[in-house]
Amino acid sequence: MIDKFVATRAEAVADIPDGATVLVSGFGTSGQPVELLDALAEQGATGLTIVCNNGGTGESGLARLIRLGRVAKLIASYPRGANAQAFEDAYAKGALEYECVPQGTLAERLRAAGGGLGGFFTPTGYGTPLAEGKETRVIDGRGYVFETPLGGDFALVKAATADRWGNLTYRYAGRNFGPLMCMAASTAVAEVDNRVPLGDMDPEVVVTPGIFVQRVVHDGAEQGRTA
Amino acid sequence: MSRTRVETARAIARDIPPGSVVNLGIGLPVTVVEHWDAADEVIVHSENGILGMRALAPGAAPDPDLVNAGKQPVGLVPGAAIFHHADSFAMMRGGHLDYCVLGAYQVAATGDLANWSLGRPDVAAAVGGAMDLAVGAKRVFVFMDHLTKDGESRLVESCTLPLTGVGSVTRVYTDLATLDVTPAGFRARELAPGVTPAQLQEVTAAPVDLRGVTHG
Repeated sequence: MIDKFVATRAEAVADIPDGATVLVSGFGTSGQPVELLDALAEQGATGLTIVCNNGGTGESGLARLIRLGRVAKLIASYPRGANAQAFEDAYAKGALEYECVPQGTLAERLRAAGGGLGGFFTPTGYGTPLAEGKETRVIDGRGYVFETPLGGDFALVKAATADRWGNLTYRYAGRNFGPLMCMAASTAVAEVDNRVPLGDMDPEVVVTPGIFVQRVVHDGAEQGRTA
Repeated sequence: MSRTRVETARAIARDIPPGSVVNLGIGLPVTVVEHWDAADEVIVHSENGILGMRALAPGAAPDPDLVNAGKQPVGLVPGAAIFHHADSFAMMRGGHLDYCVLGAYQVAATGDLANWSLGRPDVAAAVGGAMDLAVGAKRVFVFMDHLTKDGESRLVESCTLPLTGVGSVTRVYTDLATLDVTPAGFRARELAPGVTPAQLQEVTAAPVDLRGVTHG
């Protein structure tokens, strides 16, 4: 029997090693797997490369990992903002490396990794500082920049509902990078609010097919709740 | 001798026809959403995977998974759709958005746009979705103040700040005027109340074609 549910968040992140590349879903706090990130902070892995649209919010989740000095490199489109002090402080101290990637290029690099492509030409960033040092090409009179795939050892993703095969749905715009990061990681870990029996999810509404998901943690797991 | 930001937002909303699909950037641009009626059926796109976004209804509870690009709570119109980030940015790059409205630090007479970085090495530059919007939307409108706080023109011959996009901007709306970016440079379409053509040229650091301009 296939059962991708694991009992605890600690178990779900236990084998993430030092130096791993971890893809983290979320747009601000929407769709960010805060509890899984906190479990990773407690687990202690360090020297991490984190791929996330933002740079953490407040003092929990990704912001906590940065505060603890566990993040060696952040690949993001928009790490700044009103509640991004942890990132701002670390960057000012030179405590982490930061690669700025246009948001759509970040999404497409993840999809390229998940879909087995060697990269793609995008018009985004052509003629700007973010294209410096990259291969460019003019196609039908328009300039494009070559961008490479971006995969991860692990993905930590927040979703809404899962069955034991790892089929996922999301909640409103909490979907954001989740489906792409599940595709792009060797081991994708999803935290969900709802657990349903196999067969209860309408195949037409599955957003991420379970083939892209290796582990699922039900939000009620640690409280001993069962679906 | 100028127009308010609300009046400028209203002018932008008026120039975007009913039924258009529009992305509104962080800052001044998001305020444009307040100037359409539901009957206009202007469909607002948000980069985080929403088509059919609207302002949060008065008294409605904010939902952490319904936010705009600035992470502020929003609502959905009937007919709204949700999608992941790769689809959201395919909508931009693929030319599926009729308009986007962006803020800017500088716009050049060639349509070059600078709106993401002040070029300071000590600050982590954050581009977000600005470069994707700049290359992708069919028409790129800029909503900004005409002058910086120090009184420098934001309309320039050539941007001195790091570029967001090359030749991207279609039209600029400021507190002083509405100007099209044409192959020959800036051309004024409309002046704010009390602004004369000579005054506009005086505070603009690039030539402005003032022929046929109307007073607002």
